Amino acid sequence: MEWVNAIVQGTLLGGLYALFAAGLSLIFGVMRLVNIAHGDLIVLAAYLGLTTTIMLGMHPLAALLIVVPLMAAAGYGLQRGVLNQTLGDDILPPLLVTFGLSVIIQNALLEAYSADPQKMDAGVLETASISLGGLTLGVLPLLTFAVAVAIIAGLQWTFYHTALGRAFRAVSDNQDIAQLMGLNRRHVFGLAMALSLAVTAVAGVLLGVRTSFDPSIGGGRLIFGFEAVIIGGLGNIWGTLAGGVILGVAQTVGAKIDPGWQILAGHIAFLVILAVRPNGLFPRMT
Amino acid sequence: MHEPILQIVGLSAHYGDFQALYDIDMTVAEGEVLAIIGANGAGKTTLMWSIAGLMRNGADQVRYRGEAIGGLRADQVAERGIALVPEGRQLFPSLSVEENLIIGGQVGRDGPWSLRRVFELFPILQERRKQASTSLSGGQQQMVAIGRALMANPDLILFDEISLGLAPVIIRDIYQALPGIVGGGMSAIIVEQDITKALSVSSRIYCLQEGRVSLEGASDTVSREEISRAYFGIE
Repeated sequence: MEWVNAIVQGTLLGGLYALFAAGLSLIFGVMRLVNIAHGDLIVLAAYLGLTTTIMLGMHPLAALLIVVPLMAAAGYGLQRGVLNQTLGDDILPPLLVTFGLSVIIQNALLEAYSADPQKMDAGVLETASISLGGLTLGVLPLLTFAVAVAIIAGLQWTFYHTALGRAFRAVSDNQDIAQLMGLNRRHVFGLAMALSLAVTAVAGVLLGVRTSFDPSIGGGRLIFGFEAVIIGGLGNIWGTLAGGVILGVAQTVGAKIDPGWQILAGHIAFLVILAVRPNGLFPRMT
Repeated sequence: MHEPILQIVGLSAHYGDFQALYDIDMTVAEGEVLAIIGANGAGKTTLMWSIAGLMRNGADQVRYRGEAIGGLRADQVAERGIALVPEGRQLFPSLSVEENLIIGGQVGRDGPWSLRRVFELFPILQERRKQASTSLSGGQQQMVAIGRALMANPDLILFDEISLGLAPVIIRDIYQALPGIVGGGMSAIIVEQDITKALSVSSRIYCLQEGRVSLEGASDTVSREEISRAYFGIE
């Protein structure tokens, strides 16, 4: 039963990793941009959530109503003001610029909030649990997983059933020809980054409720997000959820064997899958 | 002669140090079908890209309905009513046949062309509308590319290498469909390697040679000898 528990807890943890990964996967899919600052943007969202809860006395989940639009607007502005200028045939400029952005965000957070670990107070939600067939499941991890599934489903629907999703796919296929269809790629990329950071905002707030955070943890979240994307297969939205779950389960099962192995087990699972299936477990959707 | 819908004045275009077009002058009248012929590398596609906004030029070098559009982006040019059927079809592989057509209408211009009317013109596309565009034959893909451009309800449509790489029977079908496309008052520029076909559908013809206009004339009066000289640069 303990092993079953480890797998179930890992699955629920995978929901959070899938949220880390979804925004990363989305912008890579639309504009082939690898956002090195993604982890720091998750942490930034957590801090914005913290500030909102403290200043307005709101519950962290209610703070999403402010943090999500704020991050989306920041994403659009970041893309139009900075990142669009780095996109081209050379993949190096966006990597360097987002790396620089990562450094700037970390240092700005250090200045503003210090290096002390912080945590959002979600009240009874943090400790509430339900019993299910001999397992005790935290309400917060269950909620996180449910939110991840809902967001992934929403992204999938947006991509394949809306004009915005059609524009994302068209621009991803061929920027010049998409431009001929009246699509301004700079605007479309701005919308993609806005959507990506809206998802990132949810991930950041849920992270900040689940665990303590400080300005330096962005890099680790970026790695988990990357691993989930690669395991699931680039360009496959549901694959991202599966990738997150596989990573989460590997970590909790590793921790079950030896508590020191948690993170290492996740990385090993990632490397094994990368060696066996370099394109990820699920094919790119067309 | 009607008012010109498009005027190209002293257009030059460069790829880095390489100059692809030299001082091109060209006019297209309202409702006119113009043909452009020329060997590979003559600058035909560069000219189409310059008109469509995929290559930016001096604003005044391309004028559309009196407005200087040479410096506009392709999406801004599309909004004004110019659509390009690009060489090699260039469909969106991630989009179904129907989605490729719908995205052509994204510009949001009013006019006679709709999904239903494109399906009337090319009934095979209705049968295949849910398929991936890459699963179609070359000829069917060209139909999608033409339909996609029509969905924008353009006033000026540019066909770049309309029959390149297609089977003769498909080329015949596409040329049979052309009068139904441009007969409604739409102006068109057709880039074509097949000189006979180009002459048969156009009122005037331009020949490009190494980035320069080497011949301009009415399609029913230019002689084969003139075309040969202009096309191959034979004196």
